[in-house]
Formats: sequence, structure tokens, C-alpha cells
Amino acid sequence: MRGRRLWAWLALILGMIYFALPLIGTLEFSLRMRRGEYSLDAYRVILSDPHFHATFGFSVLMALGTIVLGVLLVVPTAYWVRLRLPRWRPVIEFLTLLPLVIPPIVVVFGYIRLYNTSSWLPLTGSVGGTNLLLLFGYTVLALPYMYRAVDTGLRSLDVATLTEAAQSLGAGWITILWRVILPNVLVAILSGAFLTFAIVIGEFVLAALLNRPAFGPFMQLIGANRAYEPAALAVIAFAITWLCMGLIQLVTRFQKHTQIRQR
Amino acid sequence: MAFLEISSLQKDFGSARVVTDFDLAVAQGEFVSFLGPSGCGKTTVLRMVAGFETPTSGTIHIDGQDVVSFKPNQRNIGMVFQSYALFPNLTVAQNVAFGLRVAGRPKAEIQATVREMLALIKLEALGARYPFQLSGGQQQRVALARALAVKPKVLLLDEPLSALDAKIRVSLREEIRAIQQQLGITTIFVTHDQEEALSISDRIVVMHNGRADQVGTPFEIYNHPATRFVASFVGSINVLNGILLEPERGIVALLGDVQVHLGRPLAGRQNDEVTLALRPESVTLGGNGGGVQLKGQVESVNFLGSVIRLSVRVGGNLMLLDGFNQPSSPPPKVGETVQVSFGAEDLMVPGE
Repeated sequence: MRGRRLWAWLALILGMIYFALPLIGTLEFSLRMRRGEYSLDAYRVILSDPHFHATFGFSVLMALGTIVLGVLLVVPTAYWVRLRLPRWRPVIEFLTLLPLVIPPIVVVFGYIRLYNTSSWLPLTGSVGGTNLLLLFGYTVLALPYMYRAVDTGLRSLDVATLTEAAQSLGAGWITILWRVILPNVLVAILSGAFLTFAIVIGEFVLAALLNRPAFGPFMQLIGANRAYEPAALAVIAFAITWLCMGLIQLVTRFQKHTQIRQR
Repeated sequence: MAFLEISSLQKDFGSARVVTDFDLAVAQGEFVSFLGPSGCGKTTVLRMVAGFETPTSGTIHIDGQDVVSFKPNQRNIGMVFQSYALFPNLTVAQNVAFGLRVAGRPKAEIQATVREMLALIKLEALGARYPFQLSGGQQQRVALARALAVKPKVLLLDEPLSALDAKIRVSLREEIRAIQQQLGITTIFVTHDQEEALSISDRIVVMHNGRADQVGTPFEIYNHPATRFVASFVGSINVLNGILLEPERGIVALLGDVQVHLGRPLAGRQNDEVTLALRPESVTLGGNGGGVQLKGQVESVNFLGSVIRLSVRVGGNLMLLDGFNQPSSPPPKVGETVQVSFGAEDLMVPGE
């Protein structure tokens, strides 16, 4: 009994070291820009870099666009599948999983082939069109997380009966989605949204190959040319991701009417 | 034309016919219950009235208008579900206001109606609560208020009491009936609980295999069942098989050799088999119950409080009999031989 416990602790400690050591190393290294003492110089350099602001701002904007597009696409779809096409659920689920199986590089090459300037829909011919293409690409990448999150949220609702109750009270489809379904899967949507945010902020392949000034390529550029700043950037990127995770927890806790589900 | 008129309604799910030739006319302000076992089609008829199912054929008129082609949100119908179906993200007051907000009513009117409705269900103090903070009975009352707030033409209740515990079930059904009478709203109530249907309905539709076996007042349904199914489904009943001896004079041989004079002519020919039914409360322990006297052995004694139910084996048949509890005379013991009696006029012939 005692021995087994010891092994459990050992495994846990090993696991923690495996995850924490590189992080601690990176953090430590990022603070050593000034010779002989710890300082925040690397962070200062990064945060005052105008490229950091431009690329980070671009990626945040893209992430928000992806979230909105994802919600508009996924919530009605998941709702309709649950309500009217339950037999299609495995098919839809499989489709939404495809982005995890098909590498982004394949997706983006497909896009470039389909939508290049000599195609029937030359999206890559303009900045706006390319941004749109990037947005669509991100939405595809975020699909597995978004769909799963929303579908799980819908599972905790009696979708069919709530829909009928709203219908008998005179509500049409838009009202039902907006006033009944959306507010009740908000926590699920938000957790999907924060995951999407984290993915889009760090995404490299789509942005690089579509030649858009996103945060991912900027990180790569810094990483290839500087010593201490990439470490600082990595720590910043981690902080953003963790902030997102923290926000998911916070939002879940603040939703009054979801308290019963946590009990 | 009646306020709610359903004619020749039919519904098929694939090759299965779940509702057959259903006709019903409901007067304004009437409370009609659909009673039947699960799978009898009662909920399907209700859902067709609500618009959640489309009839395969037939018409549904509400207030003179054929509503079959109307979507559920165009029918102005109030619906209460077994699972309450309150919107979990809205407070009690917001739930009640939902239909009015959808209809775009002015704010002052919404507030006034919500207050009125919460007073009607006696939950004025709980307007700011969320559904999860309420008990089942309270949630169902809110659901009722929400359905009534839009002033629907017809109120549909789909087994609204089935998810509640026994005590609440009785008090809430009385409350529903009182509110229904106060507002004079035409109501259809679906239930599989015969006591519920008998106690609060103006009329009952007993359904069986997708058909309406009988439509009538609780008194008619209970005392003059139209079919054998109605007789056995509503209340407890003793079914006795007999041979028709003299149809014109109504003489039947029961349990082999007991001749019973029903005192009224019966349909059928001599030596036909007939099914007779007898309510347990029509049978009396001892010889004072009427002209038909039988002897049997007590098989079980169930003490139900105010009523004691005995089952007595008479000939090959098991006969139930109900008697009031009397502290001065304890019931017979199991195995005892007892005399039972009943009046021949209490024998029912289902379908007569």
C-alpha cells in the first residue's frame, strides 16, 4: 500500500518536472538579458516593438472574427442536428473532427490552389480577400473545439421541449436561437471561444503561407533572429493562453443559472 | 360549430397508425381530459392541436378557423409540459413575460400581466428567482402562468402532474381546475391517471389504440363504460363471463349455475357468451347487498385507509369488493369463507 503510494507520487513529480522544467527554464532565460542580473529588459523590448503591437492586434482581430463566424456556423448547426437530424450526429461529428486529421498545410495549399488569382473566385488577389480566406481557415481549425463545446452545452438542455415551449409562446426560429438556445449554451460557447482564441493567436502555418502579418509568423521571426526576446515572447504567449483558461473558469462561475449543473 | 372541433383526425408514423378517426367537439370554457395508457395516441392528438405534429388527414378548427396549416407559433395556444420546460436562463418573471415580449407588447402591459399571473399562481414573492431555485410544483405553476400570460385560445396540458409527488399532484390539480374555471379557458388535459381525469374534468375522452373509445362525463365513463377496455381501464372492475339464457328478459347464467335477472332486455341470442362488469364497491360482504348471493373464500385483504379491499374467490373467479372501514367490525381473515352479495341491477354490460 505504502509502496504504491510512493510510486504514484514519483510519477506525479516526474510528470510535473516534464511540464514545468522547460517553462521555468524559459522564464529564467527570458530574465537574463542584462548580464549578471535578472531584469525585464527582454519583455520591455518585445512590448515596445511596434511589430508586436501590429501583429498581436491583427491576430486578436482575426480571433474575434473566427469566434463570431464559428458561433454563427456551429450553434444553429448543432442545434438543428440535435433537434431534427439526430441520425446525422455521427456524420457531423466526424466532419468537425477532420481539421484535426488534415494538417493545416494541406488546408492552406488547397485554399491557395482553389482561390488563387487565376481561379473563378480570386480571393488571394486582394488583402481583404486573403484576410477572409484566413478567417475561413481559422474557423475550420477551430471547428472541432467549437462544435464539441456547443454540443456538450446543448446536451444539458432539453432542446426539443424548450423549443416547443418557445414555439407555443409565439417565438420563431431566430427568437428561439437568440433568446433561448444561445443564452443557455453561453458558457459552452465561451469555453469554445477561449480555446479558439488561444489557437488563432499562436497559429503559424495559415498566416505564413497566406503572407498575413499575424502573431505566429512574428514569433517565428523573432525566434530566428534574437536570443532572449523569443523566450519572453513564449512566456507572454503562455500567459495569454492561461488567462483564457482562467476566464473559462471565471465565466462558468459567474453564470447564475448554471449553478445547478455544478452542484 | 364548437370552439375546438377535431374531425376525422388521423396520424401515421411510417406504416404505424397511431391515431384513427378521431372526432371531438369541445365547447368554449370546457375542461376535457384525454385518458389512456401510454402509446394510446392521446399525446399525439394533443401535439397535433398544438401544431408540433402534422395530421396525416383530418381537420382541427379553433374558434372557427382551420389551423392545420398554421405553424405552432401562429396558433395562440398555451402549452404546459410534463418536464416544465422553463427557460433556465430566465427568472420566473422573465419566463412568464416571454410570450408577451415575443409578441412585442408594451412594457407596462407586460409588467401588469406578469404581476397578475404571479398572483394567480400565488408566487408573487418569487418573481426574481431562477427555475433551479424552485421546487417541482412551483416550476409547474410558473409554466402554467407562462402559458396563460399570452391569453391563449386553448390551454393544452401534457401530463403536467406526472413528475410531481403524490401530495403536490392532488393540490396542484385542484389549483389548475380552479384557475381554469376562473379564467373560463378551454382546456385539454392529457393524463394516464384515471383518478386525475375523473376528479377535474367536465368530460373525459378514453383513448385506446389510437381511437376514442368513449367520450363522456366522469359519471358516465365510470358508471356506463362503452367498451370492455373503458370498463377495465377506468377504476377497478370485476369482469364476469356468463351465458345468455333469455335475452328478452335479461336472464344470464353466471359462474356456471347462478341465474341472474338483470331486469332489462339484452342484445344477443340465446346461449351467446356475455361479459358483465361489476364495480368492487357494488359488492357487499354479507347477505344484505342485493338479490345475488354468493359464497367464496377470502384470498387477500388490503387495508387502504378509508376503504378495505377484499379479493374473494367465488367459483373459479376472483372477485374484488370494496367496503368502508368500520372500527367496530374488523375485516375477515384470509382463508375464511364468507358470503358476498350484490344487486343484479348493478351489473354493467359494457357497450350497452
